[in-house]
Amino acid sequence: MDLVANNLSYKPDDQYYLNEVSFNFKEGNLYTILGRTLSGKTTLLKTIAGLLTPDSGEIEFDGKNFLKVPVWERNVAMVYQQFINYPHLNVFENIAFPLKQRKIDQSVINEKVMDALKSVGLVGFENRKIQELSGGQQQRVSLARSLVKNAKILLLDEPLVNLDYKLREQLREEFKNLFSKGLADETILIYSTTDPRETMELNGEVIVLDEGKVLQVGPAKEIFENPNSLKVAEISNDPPMNIIEAKILDNHIKFEGIDVEAPQHLSKLTEDGLKIGLRSSDIELNENGHEFEVELAEISGSETLLHLKRGNTKIIVSIEEVLNFKIHDKVKINFKINRAYAFHANGKLASSPFGGLNG
Amino acid sequence: MNKLYIFLKYFFIVVWTVFVVAPFLWALTTSFKDFQSVNGGVTYIPWVDFEPNLEGWKVLIKSPAKGGVDIIEPYFNSLFVTCTASLISIILGTLSAYALSRYTFKAGFVKNNDITFFFISQRIMPPIVLSIPFFLFLSSINLLDSLTGLIVVYIVLLMPIAVWIMVDFFNKVPREIDETALIDGCNPYQAFLKVVLPNSIPGLIVAGMFCIIFGWIDFFFAFILTFTEVQLLPVKIVALNSSVTPWWSLSASALVSVAPLIIVAFIVERYLSKGNLSGAIK
Repeated sequence: MDLVANNLSYKPDDQYYLNEVSFNFKEGNLYTILGRTLSGKTTLLKTIAGLLTPDSGEIEFDGKNFLKVPVWERNVAMVYQQFINYPHLNVFENIAFPLKQRKIDQSVINEKVMDALKSVGLVGFENRKIQELSGGQQQRVSLARSLVKNAKILLLDEPLVNLDYKLREQLREEFKNLFSKGLADETILIYSTTDPRETMELNGEVIVLDEGKVLQVGPAKEIFENPNSLKVAEISNDPPMNIIEAKILDNHIKFEGIDVEAPQHLSKLTEDGLKIGLRSSDIELNENGHEFEVELAEISGSETLLHLKRGNTKIIVSIEEVLNFKIHDKVKINFKINRAYAFHANGKLASSPFGGLNG
Repeated sequence: MNKLYIFLKYFFIVVWTVFVVAPFLWALTTSFKDFQSVNGGVTYIPWVDFEPNLEGWKVLIKSPAKGGVDIIEPYFNSLFVTCTASLISIILGTLSAYALSRYTFKAGFVKNNDITFFFISQRIMPPIVLSIPFFLFLSSINLLDSLTGLIVVYIVLLMPIAVWIMVDFFNKVPREIDETALIDGCNPYQAFLKVVLPNSIPGLIVAGMFCIIFGWIDFFFAFILTFTEVQLLPVKIVALNSSVTPWWSLSASALVSVAPLIIVAFIVERYLSKGNLSGAIK
């Protein structure tokens, strides 16, 4: 049972929320929609759920026109980024709600709800009020409510974004377990997120969305290794990939007085306006490197993010240890230039170290 | 500093309590007085200051032929009109408020906010402006001096209150809750009845209370739109006031007329502190 969309567009005001979005989702697979905030992720999920009607385009599910099916008959489930539950019902009643709606036998309901509670680790919380739960527990209740339905399409709209770091890690692990447990055998799982790491960890088919447009579709590894444009490279890396305006002359990359030998995959590129892309993790501190000035140093978890500047070139370097720097300190860095990407002036990928469009 | 604060706090609480309670105590004692005790100087304590009697209360239930003013029928008329009009206003008002909160309406330059304002504007007009149209309207459909006519007029007056309060309330109920209900298999009507409404009980109570209060205390329209067949309590109480002001029966009737509101207030207070929306979104 495939979910196929053709040229979905939604433009409620003068901006496109969805712009000619097409996809072909197959049952039993996990699809990750990666995009920044306001890129149209929620709009797309709501359109699939039936909460929004696109201005143009078609959605077919199981060969039938999905747009003619009202939301309440679509058999989809959705988890929101806010923890949406029914505040007037307790945990058990919340999870049982979609089943009661289907007029299922009470004993079957009890059994299914207990199963769902078990799979999200909330056994013993049946009679709690929603207001008495922590954010993570509330989100588990909404997850349980969406699991209990055995929906053919399960939509998860940035389900971890409002949780704190530790809970996020924990729930993400549980998600992966749930997804791999065969839940997904006949379900289409659609997971939206702004977080590239989450995308890579879930390791599903990735749809990169920006300003309502699909930029690239492919397995997580492919998106990471061969982003097809500057935009995708920015969206699929956190911190975003460093973009450096450089010239390649005589097999050397030149910018801001720096001169490094071009690796083989970049050596044939000679055009003007070329942009070099380098991940923040592919730059390292090195005594013999090039001098940059520290603009800002942030410590996040166990790594340090250095915002550096030289002339008009600004880059971000992530270092896998906690280091203290002052603003205006001078540091010396080295580029792992054989990991560099090159993009044409129009933003398209020119060459990647992993062999995409080797120029 | 702290002691001063506590002193001031209790001082103002006591002053305020005296302000609120004194008129009730005054009315209560006066209602048990007779002509002599009322005119014989300042007296407050029954059996010590004056000899209590039930004359003031008896007047309220005696028939006019025996010199009384029989408020029993107007009392039940008032209860019936207020409750029916409030109930219908709440039902219609809640439905329209939900529509105004969740759906977008457009007719030329008229949008949702304009429609909401249209409802409120009915309350902005001075009642006297509405009295003549109402009178002519009711007389043209033969409902002057009838309970049905009064109910119709009160619905017009009370529904804006319900709409106004409930629009604001529904706007605070996250739309995602409705959407989740739809996804969970409810059609829009079920989503409203099973999910949105149970989470809006505090709002319903506030709106209901305002409707009941405004309906119950209205004198103006009850006075203008009724003559002899039907009378409401406020009008009847004013009718007590003849050449000699009978303070004792006026006090008794005043107490009787605020009694329902006091009961409503006590019930409502219980519910209001209970329900809240926290936890819907965190």
